[in-house]
Amino acid sequence: MGMTMVEKILARATGQSAVKANDVLEPRVDLAMSHENGALVINQFNEIYKDTGLEAKVWDPSRIAIIFDHRVPAESSKTAGNQKKIRDFVAKQGIAKFHDIRGDGGGICHQILPEFGYVRPGSVVVGTDSHTTSHGALGAFSFGIGATEMAAVWALGKVLNVEVPGTIKVVCEGKFKRHVAPKDLILHLIGKLTAEGANFKVIEFHGPAIESMSTSGRLVICNMTVEAGATSGIVPPDAETLRYLKEEAGVKEAPELFGPDADAVYDQVITINVSKLQPQIACPHTVDNVKPIKAVLGTQLNQIVIGSCTNGRLDDLAIVAKILKGKKVAKGTRMLIFPASTRIYLQALKKGYVATLMEAGAVVMNSGCGPCLGVHQGALADGDVALATTNRNFKGRMGNPNAEVYLCSPAVAAASAITGVITDPRKKGE
Amino acid sequence: MAKVVFKVGDDVSTDIIYPGRFMATVLPTETPQYAFVDYPEFNAKIKKSEFPPQSIIVAGKNFGCGSSREQAASCLKGPDFVVIARNFSRIFLQNAINLGLKMVICPAIEANEGDELEITAEQVVNKTSGKSFPIIALPKARQAIIDAGGLIPFARKIVLDAKGRH
Repeated sequence: MGMTMVEKILARATGQSAVKANDVLEPRVDLAMSHENGALVINQFNEIYKDTGLEAKVWDPSRIAIIFDHRVPAESSKTAGNQKKIRDFVAKQGIAKFHDIRGDGGGICHQILPEFGYVRPGSVVVGTDSHTTSHGALGAFSFGIGATEMAAVWALGKVLNVEVPGTIKVVCEGKFKRHVAPKDLILHLIGKLTAEGANFKVIEFHGPAIESMSTSGRLVICNMTVEAGATSGIVPPDAETLRYLKEEAGVKEAPELFGPDADAVYDQVITINVSKLQPQIACPHTVDNVKPIKAVLGTQLNQIVIGSCTNGRLDDLAIVAKILKGKKVAKGTRMLIFPASTRIYLQALKKGYVATLMEAGAVVMNSGCGPCLGVHQGALADGDVALATTNRNFKGRMGNPNAEVYLCSPAVAAASAITGVITDPRKKGE
Repeated sequence: MAKVVFKVGDDVSTDIIYPGRFMATVLPTETPQYAFVDYPEFNAKIKKSEFPPQSIIVAGKNFGCGSSREQAASCLKGPDFVVIARNFSRIFLQNAINLGLKMVICPAIEANEGDELEITAEQVVNKTSGKSFPIIALPKARQAIIDAGGLIPFARKIVLDAKGRH
């Protein structure tokens, strides 16, 4: 019986010739990522060693990454205290892949990991963040875990008692029309599957629309697979993966490429023709409440947010700048932009995007998670309506349970910024 | 037997259970104060410790979807709630098992606030309505962690066993 991508990765990570869905395994971990919630991981890690007489040492400091992104710079003394606790731990344990609050080498964890070449095809990656699903874009099995689970990984270097997930195969045919993006594809898929449709499963992406998609686009679709409940998303690594790793992540050695076996067993196969897609909007208050844009055209907007681990990369800023060039953000609408990393921020500066966006009236903030999860920066007032390129619109998500959040692609967000209402970026007749 | 003290619907996300704006608070001893904080009446009763241990929260499908934040499980473990849901989101389920929060997967559950429920190994019996609803077992892969009382004692035993071997 053939194996899916994730079955192959887990077989290798446990030294077996074959595994199948529902087997219980303890895979070794290639990379273990945390952000500010590392403060809780440290607490739980020390609890494991409490009263054992053993020194609390992490299994391999070279395989742990910690990136500050959720509250940067610190919005409160409490967060500053958590960040200090993590800095001290990083120094004591010798953790090298540490990204502090800096204008060089800082940013959102799910951008830093690929950008710095920390993720390789075939790796097992865990992160104390649900959007760790992102790194399947590079052919890794990458999934979110909680802080206590991570504490056990730090101690043992493996994930305990993992059930091999079943896989849903999604075949994407056709070619994206102008101003229809990977974000529209993943929103459409989430609407189809529902918020629990892929719970405990992996989504494996195939087809010509995936093969011709940039790594940036693949990161978008894998990132949001968790919104259908998926353990992870994954794309078979290919020539584009090699290009990204070499040219953008500076990885010298060429990793091995692999795909699923031709006779791999899937729980479900879904085919989507992206040529037929139009811009999609996830409406309040669940990510699976997805509608084609025509259903919500004209909805009044108080705030527009471009950024997050989903859509804050250079190609996203490029399209937003192109649409906003020489135009103005509508009066009564605030536009906030958060480049996903400081490297992207610098590239956007050099290409003139930042100037274009500021001249249009947008506020360009520092790299980080920003208002996506309502922690700090850009909170909404009661009754406010936001349109965002981020990944979640749950009640309370952007800091206020009495506000509404719609999710969309960068092109839709940019076109809507000019009018102050939800607007289709395509011209009439397109 | 215990009482249903709170009932919620489908797809209750971690942003509802424990909003992101309180994520700087991490210690399990401190998180319960923000449990369901945007439901002020219920939250006030949690803060006043009004609920006896093993009081029941009843939920629909996909409880705990969204973020991996463990505060969403620890804030319910503190007051020692039992959560009965039609099903749970993966990361929440694992966090809850790791912390020893009691969960019951009961796809057909029908219960209202104030109902008295009895939970057996196979079913939930609603003493108020007289109806019974079958339970689906938690993932067998995690049973050893549940039996150990959570992942910390489970992992502690592994590091101690490794030490014993050296």
